[in-house]
Amino acid sequence: MSLLELDDVTRTVPLPDGDPLTILSGVDLTVEPGDRVSIVGRSGSGKSTLLNMLGLLDLPTTGTLSFDGVDVRTMRSGRRDRLRGSDIGFIFQQFNLLEGRTATENAVVPLIYASGSSFWRRERLAREMLERVGLGHRLDSLPGSLSGGEQQRVAIARALVRSPRLILADEPTGALDLETGQSVMDLLDEIVEEREAALVVITHDPAIAARGDRHFRLVKGTLTAASSSSATIDDEPFPSDRDVTAEVTG
Amino acid sequence: MRFLTSFVGAILEAWQEVRVHRGRVLLSLVGVTVAVCALSASVAVTDLAQRAVLEQAESSSGRPFTITGNVSANGTPVPGEADEAWFETLDRFDISYATRVAFDYAPVQLPEGVADASLLYVDQPYATLHRTRMLEGAWFAPGDRDRLAPAVVVNAALWERLGSPDLSTHPVISSSRFEGSDLVVIGVYASSSWDTEPALMMLAPAAIAALPPGTFDGLYPYYEMWVPEESGDELMSLVSSDLSSRLGEGFSVDVYRSDYGALMDDPTAALRMLTLGIGAVILLLGALGLLNIALVTVRQRIREIGIRRSMGATAGRVFFSVMMESVVATAVAGVVGVMLAVLIVKLPIVEEFITQGLVEDLPPFPTSAAVFGVVSAVAVGALAGVIPAVVAVRVKPIDAIRI
Repeated sequence: MSLLELDDVTRTVPLPDGDPLTILSGVDLTVEPGDRVSIVGRSGSGKSTLLNMLGLLDLPTTGTLSFDGVDVRTMRSGRRDRLRGSDIGFIFQQFNLLEGRTATENAVVPLIYASGSSFWRRERLAREMLERVGLGHRLDSLPGSLSGGEQQRVAIARALVRSPRLILADEPTGALDLETGQSVMDLLDEIVEEREAALVVITHDPAIAARGDRHFRLVKGTLTAASSSSATIDDEPFPSDRDVTAEVTG
Repeated sequence: MRFLTSFVGAILEAWQEVRVHRGRVLLSLVGVTVAVCALSASVAVTDLAQRAVLEQAESSSGRPFTITGNVSANGTPVPGEADEAWFETLDRFDISYATRVAFDYAPVQLPEGVADASLLYVDQPYATLHRTRMLEGAWFAPGDRDRLAPAVVVNAALWERLGSPDLSTHPVISSSRFEGSDLVVIGVYASSSWDTEPALMMLAPAAIAALPPGTFDGLYPYYEMWVPEESGDELMSLVSSDLSSRLGEGFSVDVYRSDYGALMDDPTAALRMLTLGIGAVILLLGALGLLNIALVTVRQRIREIGIRRSMGATAGRVFFSVMMESVVATAVAGVVGVMLAVLIVKLPIVEEFITQGLVEDLPPFPTSAAVFGVVSAVAVGALAGVIPAVVAVRVKPIDAIRI
C-alpha cells in the first residue's frame, strides 16, 4: 500500500468575478515509504498548493488523495490534523521557528500535540533530536541568535521529532547559502534515511532536486515526471513569471 | 488519555504564550487587575460596612431577635407590680437575656465644672443584648447592684473629660441626682466616634435604691428580651398575652420586635447592590480592553497559528489554547487584583474609615470577596478569550504559513 497517493487531483479556487482558477490539474503522484521525491517548479506553478495538499492542509477539488490507502476527504478534520501531526513533518524555506522560544521549545512543539509517552517525554525527545542535528550546544538559544543553517537544523529537528513517515520540505535551502544548503541537505538525507521516512522536496534549485530518486516537474499546475539528472531538469524551459502571472490573473 | 495530554498541552501552550509575550500580556491585564481589585475591594468594603452597620444597629436596638415590652396604666407611670409580672413572665418562658431600660439625665461634676450627662438604667444582661464593648475596666458584675456607692460605666467622652483616670484607682463621679452620692466608675464602654456627649449607665436595682422613691417608675422604663430568632414571633405573642393576663384590667401592654430585623432583612443590601454594580461595570470595561488587545494579538499571530496547525494542532486545540491564554492571564491578574484589594482594605486608615470604630472584632479580608474576584477574572478571561479563539480557528493554515 502506498503511503500517499494522488489520483487525477485538481485544485481550483473561485476568483472574485466567479470564474474558477485552476491551480493544479490532473496530478498523479504516488509516494512509497523511503521514497526520495523532488518536485521542481517556478513560482506560481502550484508548488505550495501541491505541498499543502500532500501535507493534508488542503483538499483536492476533484480527484482522490489517499494516505495509507484512506481517502483523506472521508476523514474528519480532527483526524486529518492528528494524522498530519503524527505522520507528516514540515520543513519550510523561511524555517518558521516560533519567535521568543528556545531551540528546545521549538523542537518540542509537535510533541505538545502528541499523546502518551511522546507527550510526557517531550523535552527529552526534543533535546535528543537537537543533539542529533548537531545543536546540542544551542538547546537554549533563541532563533534570533542562531545562524540560518542552525535555524534550519532546528526546523529539521522539529519536523522529525515525532518520527513522521513523510517529510515535506518546501525550498529547504532557499534561505541558505550554497555551502550551508548542501550541509543541511546532507543532514536531512542522512536522518530521513536513518528513519526510513519518505522525503518530498519541492524546490526550484536543480542541484537540490537532483538529490532525489524520483523527479517531477510542475508546470502551470501540471505534474510531469522528469529524468533523473539535474542537467535534464535544468534543460527543460521553465515558464516565465509573466506567463504564470497571466495564467493566474487570466 | 488523549484528553489529559490535550488539556495539559493546551495549558502549557497558554502559559508559554503568556510567558513569551509577558510585556504585552501585562499591559493588557492592567485593566483587568484594576477591575478585579476594585470589585474585590468593594465587596470586602461592603462586608465590613455591613458588619459596622449591623453592630451599630445591634448596639442601639438590640440583637435579632429583640422583643421590647411597654406597660402603662392609662398613660401614667406603672408602679413596681409591672416589674414583678415581667420577671414572672421571664421565668415562665425561660428567657435569660432580659433587661429593663430607662433614660434619665443627671448633672455630673467634672474637673472643668458641672455638665449634663445622659443616664441609662439597665439590668446586667443589657451588654449582651446590645453588644456593649468595653474599652477599659469591666461591665457590671451581678454583685454590683448591692454596692453602697453605685457602680457606673461611662462612655469614652465622659472618661476623657474626667482626665482618663486609671480605673484601678476607683475614680468617682459626684451627681446631685443621687443627692451627692459618689458613683464609682468601673468601666468605659465603646460607642461611635460621633458620640461626644457625656453618658453613663447604672444598674437599674442600684438606681431604684439610690433615687428618691417612685422616681424610677416615673421614667417609664421598658423591657427588652433577646430570644431565639426561630421562636421570636411565637414568644412575642406569648409574652404579650402572659403579661396582659398577669397585670389584668387597667394596664395596657405593648410588645413588639425592636431590633433592625423588624424593619428590613439586610440594611446594607442597597449598598451591596450599588458597589457590585459599579464593580461589574469596571470589570466589563477591563474585559473590553482585554478583548481589544487579544483580537489585535491573535491577528499578529496568524503565522504562528498556521505553523501550529501544520504540526498537528486541531481546530479545537487552537480554540482551547487561545482561550486558555486569556483565562491563564486573567487568573493571574485576578490573584494580583485580590492581593492589591487586601492591601488596600486592610490599611488601618481605610478600616477605621469604613467601620467608624463600631466593629468589635475586625474580620479578616472576606474569603467571599477574594473568591468572587478571582472567579470573576477567570470568567471575564474566558468570555474575552472566546472571540479571539474563534478568529484563530478560522485562520487557514495554508494562508497563514505564507505570511
